[in-house]
Amino acid sequence: MSLEQQNRRAEGDPLLSVDSVDVTFEVADGTIRALRDVSLDVRSGETVGIAGESGSGKSTLALAIVRYLDANGRVDAGSITFDGTDLLSASRGQLRSIRGNRIAHVAQNPATALNPSMRVGAQVREAIELHQDPESTAAADERVYEVLDQVNLPDPEGIARRYPHELSGGQQQRALLAVGLSCNPDLLILDEPTTGLDVTTQAKFLDLVEDLKAEYDAGILLITHNLGVIAQIADRVNILYAGEMLETGPVEDVFTEPANPYTQALLATTPEIATNKDVKPIPGRIPELDRIPDGCIFADRCAFATEECRSGDVGMAAVAEDRAHESRCLHWEEVVANPVVAGERERVERTRGEAIMTVSDLRKYYDEGTFVQNLLGDHEPVRAVDGVSLTIHESEAVGLVGESGCGKSTLGRTLLKLHAVTDGRIEYDGRDIHDLSKQELNEFHSECQIIFQDPEASLNPSKTVRAIVERPLKLFGDRGPEARDDRVVELLDQVNLGADIVDKRPQELSGGQQQRVGIARAFAADPSLIVLDEPVSSLDVSVQASILNLLEDLCTEYGTSYLLISHDLSVIEALCDRVAVMYLGEIIETGATDRIFDPPYHPYTRALLSSIPSLDPHDDRDRIRLDGDVPDARDPPTGCSFHTRCPQKIGEVCETEDPPLDDVGDGHAVSCHLDEAEMSDPLDADITGS
Amino acid sequence: MNYLYLLKRVAIAGLSVFVVSSVVFGVTTLLPGSAANIVLGTEATEEAVQQVNEDLGLDRPVYVQYLDFVGGVFTGDFGESLISGQPVAEILWPRLLRTLQLAVVAMLISMVVAIPLGIVAAAFRDRAPDFLITSGSYVGLSIPSFVSATLLLLFLTTPPLALFPKGGYVPPREGLVEWFHHLLLPALAMNTVILAYVLRQTRSSMVETLESDYIRTARLKGVAERNVLFKHALRNGLLPTITVLALNFGWMMGSVVIIEQIFAYPGMGEMIVQAIENRDLPLIQAGILVPTIAFITANFAADVIYTMLDPRINLGEE
Amino acid sequence: MATEDATAETDGERLPPIVTALATNRRILVGLALLVPVVVAAILGEAVAPYDPTETHVAQRYAGPGGQFILGTDHLGRDLLSRVILGGRTSLLLGFGATALGLTLGVPIGLLAGYVKGRTDEVLMRVMDIIISVPTLLLGLLILVALPSNIVNVILAIGVVYAPRIARVTRSATLSVSEQEYVLAARARGESNSYILFREILPNVTGPVVVEGSVRVGYAIMIGTALSFLGLGSGPPNPDWGFMIATAREHIYQTPWFLIWPSLALLVTVMATNVIGDGLRDVLDPRVTGERQ
Repeated sequence: MSLEQQNRRAEGDPLLSVDSVDVTFEVADGTIRALRDVSLDVRSGETVGIAGESGSGKSTLALAIVRYLDANGRVDAGSITFDGTDLLSASRGQLRSIRGNRIAHVAQNPATALNPSMRVGAQVREAIELHQDPESTAAADERVYEVLDQVNLPDPEGIARRYPHELSGGQQQRALLAVGLSCNPDLLILDEPTTGLDVTTQAKFLDLVEDLKAEYDAGILLITHNLGVIAQIADRVNILYAGEMLETGPVEDVFTEPANPYTQALLATTPEIATNKDVKPIPGRIPELDRIPDGCIFADRCAFATEECRSGDVGMAAVAEDRAHESRCLHWEEVVANPVVAGERERVERTRGEAIMTVSDLRKYYDEGTFVQNLLGDHEPVRAVDGVSLTIHESEAVGLVGESGCGKSTLGRTLLKLHAVTDGRIEYDGRDIHDLSKQELNEFHSECQIIFQDPEASLNPSKTVRAIVERPLKLFGDRGPEARDDRVVELLDQVNLGADIVDKRPQELSGGQQQRVGIARAFAADPSLIVLDEPVSSLDVSVQASILNLLEDLCTEYGTSYLLISHDLSVIEALCDRVAVMYLGEIIETGATDRIFDPPYHPYTRALLSSIPSLDPHDDRDRIRLDGDVPDARDPPTGCSFHTRCPQKIGEVCETEDPPLDDVGDGHAVSCHLDEAEMSDPLDADITGS
Repeated sequence: MNYLYLLKRVAIAGLSVFVVSSVVFGVTTLLPGSAANIVLGTEATEEAVQQVNEDLGLDRPVYVQYLDFVGGVFTGDFGESLISGQPVAEILWPRLLRTLQLAVVAMLISMVVAIPLGIVAAAFRDRAPDFLITSGSYVGLSIPSFVSATLLLLFLTTPPLALFPKGGYVPPREGLVEWFHHLLLPALAMNTVILAYVLRQTRSSMVETLESDYIRTARLKGVAERNVLFKHALRNGLLPTITVLALNFGWMMGSVVIIEQIFAYPGMGEMIVQAIENRDLPLIQAGILVPTIAFITANFAADVIYTMLDPRINLGEE
Repeated sequence: MATEDATAETDGERLPPIVTALATNRRILVGLALLVPVVVAAILGEAVAPYDPTETHVAQRYAGPGGQFILGTDHLGRDLLSRVILGGRTSLLLGFGATALGLTLGVPIGLLAGYVKGRTDEVLMRVMDIIISVPTLLLGLLILVALPSNIVNVILAIGVVYAPRIARVTRSATLSVSEQEYVLAARARGESNSYILFREILPNVTGPVVVEGSVRVGYAIMIGTALSFLGLGSGPPNPDWGFMIATAREHIYQTPWFLIWPSLALLVTVMATNVIGDGLRDVLDPRVTGERQ
């Protein structure tokens, strides 16, 4: 580092300075103004978060900084300066020597961001050889192993020789981070680094980023839609909405005393576990970026908006005197004085009825191998569901929580006869669903419906909304065409959609609208049980809240039972009376929703709870981090399936005996060899994966 | 390498040969006009016909003939020509070798020309070089080989540009230059469609690869554009081309029929056309089966090469 | 095709965006500009042909273009323009006929294999693989060796050759569509297999199938002309591009025009179908997506 650079740093000049940047994209029917007047600074040793929902332009900002916009996009105004270099006017050569060397960009989706035909080690070494000029191959290799070790990948030399597809999702993300860290960058840009990772994997990744920050003294720009992630590891936060920065400031200030209506609304709409928070949807929709209205971009959805807000330019107002905290709001003082906050949830007491679906010792194995494979004996099936018993009662919402690959979706689909059963029984209304008469089968199909994760994929793109919602009415009801039409409109109204969308096709609707149509279709059959398979996980958090409220209302109104499948405990908590926690095809804990969040805990549930990032920057819950990855479902561990990763493993008994699901009181059952006290005691220190 | 997977591929290839030979047998025994009449002409006496049928084994029950035929296919025995009486294998073998020379040269030309052009087009996507190459490929894709062959003959073998011989074949031992001189024009003529096809496939697969996330990762690592192309994109982008090349081998095995006819090239294709004109049954059967077997082998080879080059392929699964 | 069924359900009030996209695609427009005149001329045939294509004018053999005969005459003094126009009829009939046959055979097989999966899929697709493993032209030859060569049999031969390729495309589209959640939703409703296949899946696989079909038309014409070049086509005296080119080769030194016109007609027609196919792919089956935020 030159003396001049050192001096500048010493004076506290930012490492990266983005100043009033505008980014536009030319598309066939106009200009999209993706970013407008965006400014931010990142200093060495500082983690700066950018939070925003989809369409906010947060990834565009990251790509604009590294000068990697699509061919139809350009920076129209403003400047981007990195350590004294004007990035916007930098030559190709200058950019090449900065990229990967001084600014590292770690993309989301590590599965596609690593070259599938290059070994992991080679991909890390490439950057080292390009920028560091290592003395020898051995020296370069040495550095490769060092970085792989720093990102906590076990057996660095072994990992270096593997191809990306041979690693788990969490390991791929670490490998990608290793590529970024390999040249000791001054600035690390993490673009949605944990999206797509399980919550326990995410927690470990965030810990790692914290540790590395201390070690590298780099500036970190963290882009995410997840406010919890920012609260946990960022120092400063920038709230981006529809291409504009609405608030910026230290994380503590912004999260505890937000000075912008959007930030407040965003915090109020984000669910938090074990808080009884009643999430509050944000009304309206994000504006189209090719028709930016005058005035404040959030005015149409804002409770504080006045005439003033709808004209002219709204600039950043200083909330703190030193301008460390700013808000783009004309009424910020009023906003701070009367914040938008979430309410207290009042749990609706639903009277639980008779059992309607009873599952006993259900098994569902996949890929059982061809005749030849079994003959050769080298083939094990995937044990997706491995001995599950579960009862769903009338008017009851049961939550099924677990991380990816635990078999929760398979279980839900098997209940609806979408998969054949390998072993065990499923009874609906007292009858095995596999020997129903044609009449009974028809009834079963009308009684049990499903709602899916991806709202777009769950609606046939070649049909209109009317045809989609009408179909169950035609199939199961005896209404005439006109009565059906009326009912379609009525159903759409119940899911808060106007009758004007009946002739639209799914691709003309927003994600939230699509999911509402999916819900209307499910309720059209007048079902008594609905399996909801991750119904909100592909939606933005503000839309999520409104869908959850809708599902809650419908559940109460129709008395329908839900089986809600989700990886997100806060979603389950918002809606469910009872929860079952799944791990590797088995239910390891079940009980009333509030009981799950309090001790005694199954060690896995405890780890899961402690991994969810809290919105409170001063969160001081237990930090339990699990070792390794979920074992292969083709070859699950003997005894307790969790023993390979359990921080509270007792000893041999865990490896040999499968603990039964024992009741610990009030229908709360845990499958663990620990006694109740051990499952309840606070853990001494952080139990972190080695 | 997963042996189970290899074994399965071999079994499928064997099954294909078996089924195709059965179909060829079935279709050709349905042929109008008896073999004896082909040998003797239509004025033959009854006894003579009887005699010929006996000689050719055509008096045996159909299933015996069938088993004999299919067995022959797997042992390389295709019977004797009805016209010359020579064993088919003897006629076929040298001709097959000559056709394969032609096909391999043609294939090499298409690889050497089309793949680089496809890469250039992808690298300059939506710019002038891409536009030129893509437009050219439309023309190439639409010229049947018999038209390109005729045009090449017309312009390059007659004055003022008599650069090449009009046809025929010179074995390599009589001089590699002469050999190549005779081979080049038919190989080029055979290539128009294939060249364009390989080019287009290469381009689209490279375009797709260059848009992938890992290419962005490489560029943001500071890798120079040339290395992005050659180190990161090429291997992934060219994998599908292997399959395309194998498929084109089948196309070539078909178009030799026309090319060899036009260039009087003494290969399999020319033989098939003569055999069809003469209704020489065993030759027709062999003439259709042998190139098919060659094609099946090419596909098998492509499969194996592909799985060796792509670390992602989970052997044993489709 | 089947897309029309889907629009019929909406009372056809608004044009689906796809129609606009098709109508404004540059490639489709260029392709149609090339193809439509050929098709119209072929359909009108005798009505626009200046002469009877079989009528010989012995005195004016090998006439060049621009005189009494717009494009010149062949070795028997027949009008080349009229023969190219009427020859187009044979080629287009063959191209569209064989493609239609290929679709009729291939689409149901592909749908079935992709929907039922498992053993049935394995067996059907192996059979298709085996048919594909015979080089196209040779399979055509084989069929025409066994059957008398007339246009119906040529269509039959090429249709059979194409069916497996179309089946493959249909199958892979069906496989991915049948994994979609709206198909699962239909199964959860207990819909019949035929409803799921024809109402849920079929409308959504038409994109790739239409693309494949449009490209196949051009190839069918090419193979058809190749077969008739080898003397296995519909046969004289009916005009036919392939046979015209074969004959023209023998008279190349008397008049190059005899070779040039049918070759050009063939080139333009095949090129048009290729360009249209690419345009359709852009709109209906975009593989390379230029996605942006």
